[in-house]
Amino acid sequence: MPEPRLMENKTAAPVPAAETADLVRVENLRKHFPVQSGFLASILNRGHIPAVKAVDGVSFTIHKGEVFGLAGESGSGKSTVGRLILRLLDPTEGRVIFDGTDLSTISPEAMRKLRSRMQVIFQDPLASLNPRMTLGEAIGHPVRIHITTRLEEVKKVVCEILEKVGLAPAEQFYNKFPHQISGGQRQRVVIARALVTAPDLVVADEPIAMADVSVRALLLDLMMKLKDEFNLTYLFITHDLATAKYVCDRIAVMYLGKLCEVGTLAEVYQHSGHPYTRALLEAVPVPDPRHRRKELMPAGEIPSAINPPPGCHFHPRCPIARENCSVEEPALRELRPGHFVACHYAEELLK
Amino acid sequence: MPDDSLYSVRNLTVEYQTRVGIVKAVDDVSLDIRRGEILGLVGESGCGKSTLGKALMRLHTGPARIANGELWFDGRDLMKLSDREMPDVRGAEIGMIFQDPMTSLNPVQRILDHLTETIQAHEPETSGAAARTRSEELVERLGIRRERLNEYPHQMSGGMRQRVMISLALALRAKLVIADEPTTSLDVIVEAKFLDLLKELQKEFGLTILLITHNIGVVAEVADRVAVMYAAKMAEVGDVNDVFADPKHPYTQGLLKSVPNIRLEEGELYKMEGAPPNLLHPPIGCRFHPRCPFVMDICRTREPAFEPVVGGHLVSCLLYQTANVKQEGLHA
Repeated sequence: MPEPRLMENKTAAPVPAAETADLVRVENLRKHFPVQSGFLASILNRGHIPAVKAVDGVSFTIHKGEVFGLAGESGSGKSTVGRLILRLLDPTEGRVIFDGTDLSTISPEAMRKLRSRMQVIFQDPLASLNPRMTLGEAIGHPVRIHITTRLEEVKKVVCEILEKVGLAPAEQFYNKFPHQISGGQRQRVVIARALVTAPDLVVADEPIAMADVSVRALLLDLMMKLKDEFNLTYLFITHDLATAKYVCDRIAVMYLGKLCEVGTLAEVYQHSGHPYTRALLEAVPVPDPRHRRKELMPAGEIPSAINPPPGCHFHPRCPIARENCSVEEPALRELRPGHFVACHYAEELLK
Repeated sequence: MPDDSLYSVRNLTVEYQTRVGIVKAVDDVSLDIRRGEILGLVGESGCGKSTLGKALMRLHTGPARIANGELWFDGRDLMKLSDREMPDVRGAEIGMIFQDPMTSLNPVQRILDHLTETIQAHEPETSGAAARTRSEELVERLGIRRERLNEYPHQMSGGMRQRVMISLALALRAKLVIADEPTTSLDVIVEAKFLDLLKELQKEFGLTILLITHNIGVVAEVADRVAVMYAAKMAEVGDVNDVFADPKHPYTQGLLKSVPNIRLEEGELYKMEGAPPNLLHPPIGCRFHPRCPFVMDICRTREPAFEPVVGGHLVSCLLYQTANVKQEGLHA
């Protein structure tokens, strides 16, 4: 089933120059995945195909040089947003503006060139690396595509980046295969491969979720060091608000394809204006038995994104929901300077 | 054996036969699980915590083998039971929950049939109707509406499937539930609710729970005592408040400092250097010595004993045993 392309009637509007401090601007982004259904069902539904509204009208900006966190539970749409920004997926509606360029308007060739400036790190390094490619080949691949094809130069570039990610001496690792190194080292290889083309933006989708506790701190530290060295901007996608605290400058919380809250980390964590953010923050287990959680958790689990609840998506589980919450969808509004919340009663929570 | 101990493991060694040699995944481990407690067993991947959990039910197969040890459960040594006697213990007296409930439940069997089959397998005299009533009451207690018993596992959410797993363990009133990473595949809010449920069940049914997890926060949240494993050995065991407030083993100290804490205002995460050793060739002496910030010469040659430092706080570290070591040195 071809996806509806709603961008065709749009002209490539020039992006105002005043916003060049933004590396990425996401405007009203939507991604609906049609649900597979049988022939008979499609006739009975008269052509109306139900869709999973993975991302449903999301807007935010990522400033140059910051770590922007995107948090939420599984099924909130956070990874889909990451893929849409990299244009690994085409949006159903809305647009992504990368450093002044509207990604929906440029040619595939221009997109290919732009790809060297945006890279990705996924959760599972073993799945991200080809088991039959040596580490040198894996990291050298983007070098050959984007930088140079001369063998000795490729090797030089690869060895440099290997040492930068802490895999030294590089010669020892160059000819190894992914299965011959540890999980933490594998993730370092994936980071090296992402950084070898000197990107501006790195989308890190749960980059440390699979690593062990003692390895996590090392990987986070490495990512932050490399950020300064390479002037990177990170989109840090995570379900773990405790980890996000250590790396993010600003954070956005997603629930069922929509943003609940966006703001600086301190604002969102200390003055969260959305009941869902509050619940998420309280649910994080604290490694200190003197601070056991006493707050009750919201009822139920995250509902299906095919038929999300009307009004505010969170209202069936919300402890402060009132009648209008099931009818009126709350807009994302600026509650305090730079702190946006999508809740009708955010002010009450802040009191 | 201490009187209040429901399960006492003594000098347990579990080996895996591999192409390149024998790996001791659990190496001479002793541990007591007290009646009515939640004991958190933590450690990083490969430290042997899951192997230990399975060995408690003698669930090892294939290349794994219990090479040595005693498994004293409720007054008898399970190692002395025959293979035909073990199934009566498994499920009925000791229940087990794994990380991914979807792989533990039969995808083509209704939830109700899982429960009635479990009950009738162990109690053949129970009628189908009685087993059904018991199942209905049980799942309602766990927060699942009784109508949902007619559903298949895929129709339920992850948190609900994990509650079904708990109900299977409780259906036969198991005394001990071994939960191996039960919340790892759950989202934080669902995880928090599942942990609340575990605490309620502990109180209500007097349930004893061995909670195996890599998540230090989960242990801090629910456990009464905590056991820390490193490289197939027990590093430290003690009351959860004692261990978190005053960890004795340098590995525990590093581990606790490297866990992100959402409540702490400031601070950087501690970065523990190095990686756990390859268990084919574990380091001689203390297994943690290559990474230990307080390493002494003797640590490279002598293996520390696992013994009490204060009260019931047991540690396997020569820092607390050097007095004896020095004395022995004098006598020698």
